[in-house]
Amino acid sequence: MKKYSAFSLFRNAFGHNRGWPEAWRSPEPQRGYDVVIVGGGGHGLATAYYLAKEHGITNVAVLEKGWIGGGNTGRNTTIVRSNYLWTEASLLYEKSLKLWEGLSQDLNYNVMFSQRGVYNLGHTLQDMRDIERRVAANRLNGIDAEVVNAEQIKKAIPIINTSPTARYPILGASLQRRAGIARHDAVAWGFARAADALGVDILEQCEVTGVNRENGKVTGVETTRGTIRAKKIGVVVAGNASVLADMAGLRLPIESHPLQALVSEPIKPVLDTVVMSNAVHGYASQSDKGELVIGAGIDAYTGYGQRGSFHTIEHTLEAIVELFPVFSRVRMLRMWGGIVDICPDACPIISKTEVDGLYFNCGWGTGGFKATPGSGWAFAHTIAHNEPHELNAPFDLRRFETGALIDEHGAAAVAH
Amino acid sequence: MLLISCPYCGERAETEFAYGGEAGIARPKDPSALSDAEWADYLFMRKNPRGAHRELWNHAQGCRRWFEVERDTVTYDIVASDALRNGNGKSER
Repeated sequence: MKKYSAFSLFRNAFGHNRGWPEAWRSPEPQRGYDVVIVGGGGHGLATAYYLAKEHGITNVAVLEKGWIGGGNTGRNTTIVRSNYLWTEASLLYEKSLKLWEGLSQDLNYNVMFSQRGVYNLGHTLQDMRDIERRVAANRLNGIDAEVVNAEQIKKAIPIINTSPTARYPILGASLQRRAGIARHDAVAWGFARAADALGVDILEQCEVTGVNRENGKVTGVETTRGTIRAKKIGVVVAGNASVLADMAGLRLPIESHPLQALVSEPIKPVLDTVVMSNAVHGYASQSDKGELVIGAGIDAYTGYGQRGSFHTIEHTLEAIVELFPVFSRVRMLRMWGGIVDICPDACPIISKTEVDGLYFNCGWGTGGFKATPGSGWAFAHTIAHNEPHELNAPFDLRRFETGALIDEHGAAAVAH
Repeated sequence: MLLISCPYCGERAETEFAYGGEAGIARPKDPSALSDAEWADYLFMRKNPRGAHRELWNHAQGCRRWFEVERDTVTYDIVASDALRNGNGKSER
């Protein structure tokens, strides 16, 4: 791998930028691998990278049915934070946030991680009580968090409407200053390039159509590019988790829903942080290009169509205009949907399964992007050791039988 | 937005309805006789198919009755819409 640096930028500029090597190879599939990762999104690529880097397992393939980062990795609203209520969840997301903090250097790829802070607004007395509880819980877990009042919010974000006569007045917020946003495509590309450099084969246009098993153990996968043998298979396919589980004869507690997002036309810098509100149900940040990046909740029905209903968008924008009246005349440029895998407790599953050698990493629902490095790190450990790391042990599939759910649905509500 | 046909009221906009998830999940007659795995299967495990899906909808802002819809989860086309065969959310189909 040619290392990227300021010097390489300078040198390639003199060569009219024709000398850049491809970021990763496009090899033909081998007959078999030690580990096959199904799903070439951020989580799958991160898994392959950490398998190679942390565990020395380099005979690995990442199978992607489309192109790298073309699924939810390229469809999310790029928010990264770790201020979850429950200890199990907050420690996992905090591990991820710590990895984010060194990720650009680690991957030698600028993922444009910008720790611009995330405000989670409270609009009622109960919201504020919940916020104070969550901030206290975060601090006990060593996660930076603070409670701010409406005045402090107005000072930091002059365009926000903190009028006490608003329909849902802003009373305060939790603020995590180490939280922020990152460039989602760069995360996929950076992990792909770094994994490839360690010997991982990234196979695009390679859709898995069957999971081969013998005596309760996986032997490989059927794909659109032929049969690929594998000693272990890690499935990390977000909204399609149930489809893959069905191929292996498993049932998952997951329902796939469309989650929509949209961006506005580019405007001058006006919002230098991230604002989320569970109560009025919307969140917004501004990209480096100047677009407002806006999202909210899932569509009510299950679906795989990568689009949703317009009234969901309307609901989101009502909330955004309520919070930021100045945005009422901004035109929206693009809207799209991704398919998210919703778990009953809004927490992921990073787990072994009853099939020997088959591992699932799914159920991230609406908030998987922030977890990309941590998810890959924990999943790689689980696959390499055939045992979960203590960070992801609570996220076992068996929690739905034991009843040890981690109820972030009640705690973090909708906006992830 | 989906255009959903209520078997009692006819075609209405999706915003009048509430979604009820997978149809045909019958509550076990004797829950205490089930193993933890069987109970978890009833509570949490879902087919979540890519393609034809039988699901429950409630006409929340209309007649407020539950009914069953067959919808394609990729195209979102609604293929059929039927009254429930019995009152507990379980269809005979």
